[in-house]
Amino acid sequence: MGGAVSDSAHREMWEKLDLDLNAHDALLGVLGKFYGDIYLSQENRLQGAEYLDFVLSEIHGLRIKELQEAKAEGRKVVGSFCVFVPEEITLALDAIHVGLCAGAEAGSDLAEQLIPRNTCALIKSFIGFKLAKLCPFLESSDMIVGETTCDGKKKAYEAFNELVPTYIMEVPQTKSKAAHTLWKSEVLRYMAELEKVTGRTITPEKLKKGIRTANAKRRALQRLTTLRAASPAPISGRDALLINQISFYDEPVRFTAKINELCDELENRVESNEGIAPENAPRLMLSGCPMAVPNWKLPYVIESSGAVIVGEESCIGTRNTRDLVDESGETVEDMIDAIVDRYMKIDCACFTPNDDRLENVTALAKDIKADGVIHYSLLFCQPYLHEALKVDKALQAEGIPMLSIETDYSMEDVEQLKTRIEAFVETLE
Amino acid sequence: MIVGLDIGSRSIELVGLVDGVTELTLRVPTTFDPISQCTKLLDGLRPASLVGTGYGRNLIQRLDLGCELSTITEIKAHALGAMHFFPQARTVLDIGGQDTKAISLAKGKVVKFEMNDRCAAGTGKFLEYTAGVFQISIENFGEYALKGQNPPEISSICTVFAETEATSLMARGEHPESIAMGLHKAIVKRTVNMLNRVSLNFPMVFSGGVANNPCVLKLLAEEINAVLGTDILVPQEPDMVGAMGAALHGNTNC
Repeated sequence: MGGAVSDSAHREMWEKLDLDLNAHDALLGVLGKFYGDIYLSQENRLQGAEYLDFVLSEIHGLRIKELQEAKAEGRKVVGSFCVFVPEEITLALDAIHVGLCAGAEAGSDLAEQLIPRNTCALIKSFIGFKLAKLCPFLESSDMIVGETTCDGKKKAYEAFNELVPTYIMEVPQTKSKAAHTLWKSEVLRYMAELEKVTGRTITPEKLKKGIRTANAKRRALQRLTTLRAASPAPISGRDALLINQISFYDEPVRFTAKINELCDELENRVESNEGIAPENAPRLMLSGCPMAVPNWKLPYVIESSGAVIVGEESCIGTRNTRDLVDESGETVEDMIDAIVDRYMKIDCACFTPNDDRLENVTALAKDIKADGVIHYSLLFCQPYLHEALKVDKALQAEGIPMLSIETDYSMEDVEQLKTRIEAFVETLE
Repeated sequence: MIVGLDIGSRSIELVGLVDGVTELTLRVPTTFDPISQCTKLLDGLRPASLVGTGYGRNLIQRLDLGCELSTITEIKAHALGAMHFFPQARTVLDIGGQDTKAISLAKGKVVKFEMNDRCAAGTGKFLEYTAGVFQISIENFGEYALKGQNPPEISSICTVFAETEATSLMARGEHPESIAMGLHKAIVKRTVNMLNRVSLNFPMVFSGGVANNPCVLKLLAEEINAVLGTDILVPQEPDMVGAMGAALHGNTNC
């Protein structure tokens, strides 16, 4: 990471963003090593992986430089932590939509002074990244958007707001008609707020373009979901996860083009029956909490056990890519309705009931011919821990075995995870 | 000879099979130098195939043996071992030094399993630690606890907090034997929860060092309404089950 390309220019930029340079160097050093061990060590990778390697190596470098250049031209940056923040509207107002740092153990000791210790690693991470001055995306953001998905997040945003102003969207907790109405008012409120922040006004043309850009990105990721399910699996689960992760950081049009190229390459592989793992390797699907960059611990342990991950049911996976916004609307009102409809389909565990997710998980597992599912919950994540039990039952009814894993970002349980996952893989052989 | 080596956190067990018959069973403490301990166990043996299991299973790659090496997880090893001693087994409970596992079996295969995660609460280590509080050896702790009556509830499953709880119960004038029984009961309750999560079917094979503890056995049988000897089956050397399973997995063709 932070390749030698233009380190000194990057450092100057990071200094301007008031990052803690020493700590940031250390973070990039660890990430670089981690990336080398987990990604660059893979054999038979795609040509298209060069793009992934480059984006990742410059994720805090050139990409941040692009954000700064855009800002200098008067564009704004919106940072968020959740797939509920409607990217279509951000794009329609010429702003840049990015995910914020929340995938590494950073500044947790500092974070524990502001939020309870029994808080999930993802929340602790974003608070920690702010306190330890390590996230250049956060420091580049003109508007930070939080949301009321789970109790942990919504209370943490209160503490976060004291560090940096945080705009909160109220995500409903049911799928009732009233909830739908509430969400529509929240989408409109976000639009009005961002119009204020950007000094621009939504037009039907711009909103249509925003919808098309976001849909095109999701279509490319849907293509990946379909292609990776081939047997033998043509791409590692790690690389597929990385693509989903990068979709939150890179410029959407460039990303879409690059991923479509990569999918062309995958198509050729599938045609010539070429795989990243042997045809008889156990095929696993991951389901549950999102894995933000650089949270690659579990996929690495799984794929080191001889299995291959062929699908991801998570916010950094199919939960974010499965549904598109209807593109037929011509007025802003129609398009907003289409956006609201699409986002209300998200089967986040914060909803009650959330039976759609059970159907979606089993359907995906069957579609991609998964031999088993590994359900991943972050420690202290009540919503997904509850649903782990329900998902297990739903999969059992379909004869698909599931292993429930509860973990966080630390490395202390890697050996225990290995034992469990290897034992699960043994039962599938 | 085919050798199974179960490298656990507290002890290392070895089983040597010749033509499917047990020729050798050995056991040493793990210590801080498991490799030397393994070398000691293997001294003079020339196995054709060696199968490692247990949390230290990958250490066998570092033993200079010149024979076929392979590893299986302790889940598979315990399942194979339990079914060897009791082919009718439907469930395996193993309580070892630092972990507890519950395994559900059907048609000779592992269907579902559960293990305790990062914490050693509810394992042999818990008993070893609390026995120390009573200044009683771990071997005699079960007999001692059996003398208890109306055991007080120990609500903490954390080893350190359980000790605190035991100390305050002593200060309240509870009989130490009864407190000891309460501590055994705490382990059993936790174990039963785990067994129910994999769905408990009889007969259940109980393996691991803790299966030697008569108080755990008695309380467990009461808690799950089971008869010792028919519903709950304990092999003669319950701590050898993992190593036996590993040996059985060894390639018999070499």
